[in-house]
Amino acid sequence: MKGTLPEIRNYTFNFGPQHPAAHGVLRLILEVDGETVVSADPHIGLLHRATEKLAESKPYNHTIGYMDRLDYVSMMCNEHAYVLAIEKIVGIEPPIRAQYIRVMFDEITRILNHLLWLGAHGLDIGAMTLFLYAFREREDLLDCYEAVSGTRMHATYYRPGGVYRDLPEHMPKYKVSKWHDAKQVAEMNDNREGSLLDFIWSFTERFPQRVDEYEALLTDNRIWKQRTVGIGIIEPDQAIAMGFTGPMLRGSGVEWDLRKKQPYEVYDRLDFSIPVGVTGDCYDRYLVRVEEMRQSNHIIRQCVTWLRQNPGPVMTDNHKIAPPSRVTMKEDMEALIHHFKLMTEGYCLPEGEVYAAIEHPKGEFGVYLISDGANKPYRLKIRAAGFPHLAGLETLIKGHMISDVVAVLSSLDIVFGEVDR
Amino acid sequence: MLSIEELAAQVTTRFNHLLEQAAVSLGELTIIVAPQHLRELCFALRDDPDFNFKLLIDICGVDYLQYGVSEWTTNSATATGFERGVECQDTVRKEPRFASVYHLLSLTHNQRLRIRVPLNEARLEVPSVMAIWPAANWFEREAFDLFGIVYSEHPDLRRILTDYGFVGHPFRKDFPLSGNLEVRYDAKLQRVVYEPVSIEPRVLEPKVIRRDNRYQVGDEV
Repeated sequence: MKGTLPEIRNYTFNFGPQHPAAHGVLRLILEVDGETVVSADPHIGLLHRATEKLAESKPYNHTIGYMDRLDYVSMMCNEHAYVLAIEKIVGIEPPIRAQYIRVMFDEITRILNHLLWLGAHGLDIGAMTLFLYAFREREDLLDCYEAVSGTRMHATYYRPGGVYRDLPEHMPKYKVSKWHDAKQVAEMNDNREGSLLDFIWSFTERFPQRVDEYEALLTDNRIWKQRTVGIGIIEPDQAIAMGFTGPMLRGSGVEWDLRKKQPYEVYDRLDFSIPVGVTGDCYDRYLVRVEEMRQSNHIIRQCVTWLRQNPGPVMTDNHKIAPPSRVTMKEDMEALIHHFKLMTEGYCLPEGEVYAAIEHPKGEFGVYLISDGANKPYRLKIRAAGFPHLAGLETLIKGHMISDVVAVLSSLDIVFGEVDR
Repeated sequence: MLSIEELAAQVTTRFNHLLEQAAVSLGELTIIVAPQHLRELCFALRDDPDFNFKLLIDICGVDYLQYGVSEWTTNSATATGFERGVECQDTVRKEPRFASVYHLLSLTHNQRLRIRVPLNEARLEVPSVMAIWPAANWFEREAFDLFGIVYSEHPDLRRILTDYGFVGHPFRKDFPLSGNLEVRYDAKLQRVVYEPVSIEPRVLEPKVIRRDNRYQVGDEV
């Protein structure tokens, strides 16, 4: 017998792009030594649709719909950054009611995003029940999207100068079908009898208990903690150097939130607090996002109260940017001309460049817009929050086990719509 | 917190020897610097306690090839009426054609800053800032992929968003919107084949530039 050990080599394999925990179309090339990750090379771009180049070929308003399709679980937040950039370069401010509506829907979107994240994160680690619970609440919020914009996901609701239309007085209702009889339908429609605001209010009343339910399942769960505590730790300095923002940065204990530090719309009038983590591991990021859902609920309640008391316009009356109402168009020649010009040519923005950012559920989502005075953007650069997060994946998982790759990857809250653009 | 004008004054006095221009527009400070001075400037901006720009928000490439050129053949009505919009033809080759744009954020001072590095087409090279901000890694790969800007001393400058084996830099203004190649599955060959695109390029809404300030704010209905 020879005295040498058999030769042991590192093993390289593909994780994705067809993998249920790859969160879409990530191809991750992992090099492992036994079960320990030595290196990880994410290959992205499998969902690259050249949104920025498409935007260069279309009038400004046509691109709002493309924004929804970037991060397709926080649709209205993407739109928000884009319309803010246009408003900043042209120098208009939407009516105060529109600002409240935007803030309310931004927070609804944040809950939508965090619920999907929580469900998927749980599913990746093995907590199946949570996924179903999270989708129950998402359904109510998507109904709010539908009531206000007509679609459940790709809303195209925010417009430069305000929002497309005011909040509806009636909620869409369920109808009797072969699956649900009249009695069941009456129960299902119970909280849909009033306006959209009433429906949102009833959601905010029950939502904190629902979050308690999720926490009862996970926060002190032994398996959950074994899978997340001390996994994927990132120090604050390192997180900043890697360009992390949002919950990824706050999980490491850096108190940075654009809603507080560089407030846009009416965030400076609202009461809410910013949760931060301590160790910067997966568990802290989980706690931060759960607390953010509670804070968002609190913000939504303040917005609903204000919106109930303060009716008013939701779109600017500057008809060089926003079309006049259809009723005026029938009677007023000038309004008809405005409408015709806006629908055929769009509007030209003054020459210049601008960067507008919002606190997106995933981090800082920014839009860098260069205008050469035309009716289309000359260059539109989308700063997606998930892009630097995914770039930092290798730093986070080096030295961990293969099974931790899934936990860390889903704690980043990656959506390929915005990473690949 | 300093106002943006004060920050501009501070940056100008501190880095006067490096900067080509520093201007405040729409409440944002943009400084223009030549590629050879970029590293020195960035190190100082990150480490100097007066600035502390520790977070690199974004790096983006820009191609100024068709800047200010509209897709409209006539400006006034002719005897036969208005012409249709056309694909932008007249490309004014003005230098510097490209730029690499950096957005920085200072968490301690709550300030933002934009750095623009103009680049000539003949020498499309700029030093990598990965040693200063590790976050630059993928942003620089993206700008290289989409515009062909070479970030020298980047340790791993590969394509990132486009397909394996992609030819060209798709976000350049002279790259067609519908691309050059299309793919389909060939049943005979039993594999995916690449072919030149069959889509005719067309302009739906032509790009038009209005110089009469009709969209200025305060212009009443």
